[in-house]
Amino acid sequence: VAPSVEVRSAVIVSRDRTRGQWLSAIARQRELSLVAVMFVLGGLVSISAPQFLSASNLTQVAVLASIVAIAAVGEALVVITRNVDLSVEATMGLVAYAVARALELHVFDGPGAVLLGLGIGLALGMINGVIVTLLRVPAIVATLGTLSVFRGIDYLIAGSHQVPLAALPPGFTDAARDSILGIPMFVAVTLVAVVIGMVLLRWTRFGRQLYAVGSNPDAAEILGIPSRRVVFVAFSICGLLAGVAGVMWVMEFGTISGTAATGVVLAVVAAVVVGGVNIFGGSGTLAGAAIGALFLGFIANALILVGLSQFWLQAIYGVVILVAVTADAFIVRRLQRATMERRIR
Amino acid sequence: MSGRQGAPTAGASLGTLLARWETVLVVALLGLIVLGTRLSPFFLTPNNFANLAAALMEVAIMALPMTLVIVAGEIDLSVESMAGLASALLGFLWAAGVPLTIAIPVVLLVGALGGLLNGLLVARARLPSLVVTLGTLALFRGMALIVLGPRGVSDFPPAFTELGFGRVPGTAIPWSLVVFAILAIVLGIVLHRTWIGRQIYAVGKNPGAARFSGVRVNRLKGSLFVLSGVVAALAGIILTSRLSSARADAGQGMTLTVATVVLLGGVNIFGGSGTIPGVVLAVFVVAVMQNALRLANVTVEVQSIALGLLLILSVVIPSFAHRAKSAVDRIRRGRPPPADSVPSGEAALS
Repeated sequence: VAPSVEVRSAVIVSRDRTRGQWLSAIARQRELSLVAVMFVLGGLVSISAPQFLSASNLTQVAVLASIVAIAAVGEALVVITRNVDLSVEATMGLVAYAVARALELHVFDGPGAVLLGLGIGLALGMINGVIVTLLRVPAIVATLGTLSVFRGIDYLIAGSHQVPLAALPPGFTDAARDSILGIPMFVAVTLVAVVIGMVLLRWTRFGRQLYAVGSNPDAAEILGIPSRRVVFVAFSICGLLAGVAGVMWVMEFGTISGTAATGVVLAVVAAVVVGGVNIFGGSGTLAGAAIGALFLGFIANALILVGLSQFWLQAIYGVVILVAVTADAFIVRRLQRATMERRIR
Repeated sequence: MSGRQGAPTAGASLGTLLARWETVLVVALLGLIVLGTRLSPFFLTPNNFANLAAALMEVAIMALPMTLVIVAGEIDLSVESMAGLASALLGFLWAAGVPLTIAIPVVLLVGALGGLLNGLLVARARLPSLVVTLGTLALFRGMALIVLGPRGVSDFPPAFTELGFGRVPGTAIPWSLVVFAILAIVLGIVLHRTWIGRQIYAVGKNPGAARFSGVRVNRLKGSLFVLSGVVAALAGIILTSRLSSARADAGQGMTLTVATVVLLGGVNIFGGSGTIPGVVLAVFVVAVMQNALRLANVTVEVQSIALGLLLILSVVIPSFAHRAKSAVDRIRRGRPPPADSVPSGEAALS
């Protein structure tokens, strides 16, 4: 006797439900799957280049990736609200030059210069926030504009001048090589930022409002969420973190000109996308964005050690972005289908 | 952004004309020309005009298909890398002894294939174009670097470099301006006078409704990305010709200027509105502004401040004009304005 229609559909639904649960488990564990891919890649690369997995190499990768990761955490906050900040690299560049120049001219000592950098970053972020929320300019247009403006100001004050490493006070760039409790300083700063951000997003009213504004702005408005204030704060924090990244840039590279951090926005947005933050807002984690940055740094380093020319780097970045966004869309669509089938039943 | 489409009121033809963004651009253009002539007696000479136009033509050419793509509700960030790939590939083929009559069609074909990749990922796989073309922005640049490496190829024949350098015989008009004009006329007719154009607006305004009215949305979007790829490759060829050198890093950073020109031309970033004449005017506003600033001894890098401010103001001014106008209308009709129509201070952030 053939099974009745109900029984058959029940079987299909239960199979789809398990598949749906399986997929949603993967979707929720984007960070873990990225780490898993890194382990596999690390194993493969270390066969041909054993020094890849050495502690000193991995430390160097993590320290370099931290600069992008800090900026990516700020970018993720903005992207979660269904906006985007393309001006982060200009903020980083302007902060880096201002800090280096202030130190060269002995206007500030080390800590003072760091505070100056953070202040400039915060101010630039607030300018973006005002343009987007108060003047109601779409974020992509507004930050495309401020990318030009901030970079132009950077060129204006820098001219062709370059602050040499020797002009920085002794010890200022040590932070890039120091470590706390065995963890490199930069990595520790990134971890602290991610942990604070995760707590903020998961357990505070502001955090929940951030996701609400991003997943459905109209509904958020009706619920009485002050969406413009939320977006303004997200842009301000993004600017502040870009300022942190700019200060770290000075400590890492030492010699700073007006072109510092040019083109970094690609890596920052790529890290956010690879880290599983939905570009249309409403979902994603800060840890994902940070791990996305680490993942990109990991690949860049592996390429060099395997002996592929650096020219391959850009192409592989592109492929990684395309694969990540395709995988995202695939998982989300399967999930939606599974949910819908459950509802129909 | 609705203010940019003009807000026609019954019987107020002068008001309608003033409210059109194109009119604002014409006024800005005239103002800049007056400023330029006061800065330098050479400003209005045909030679100076030709130079200022030639320097911006690659950007201007890429801005035309970008207009169609943005009106259809998508964006193509990969154009600058496609121009770079075209330049690198052209140099590679020429250095390998391939004649230009074969190399140029091959490069244009690669442009079409790159556009097709964008189009398939956006239209068929329904991925967000912002991320897809960010990916291909990196991918195409990487391919350019793989093809040509760090070297430059510069022994092109004079007949080829004439395309970028030369003028139409007997006039001061550069050849690249002719290419731009032809493309602008063709795409202007397609967008504003044919059913294809109406479908592009329909898709940009409401893709769902467009699909239900029989528009093949996927095919249309895919075709626009192919067009964008081919034209970006063409711009890469012209750039190679003007610099008489093929390099893998050609066109780096141009997408920003292309997008700025398009948005300054009054095209809505969310799709559904914008005109080719507006974008053409924006090209000349930017060209004249850059030239005037150069005559005033402002360096090219610092000019980006003006460009960025212009971009932001191009959205702020029409939207404020629109809001002020509707507030005035409301008061005239004797109704109090809603609380959020005129934001100020702290209230605007809450």
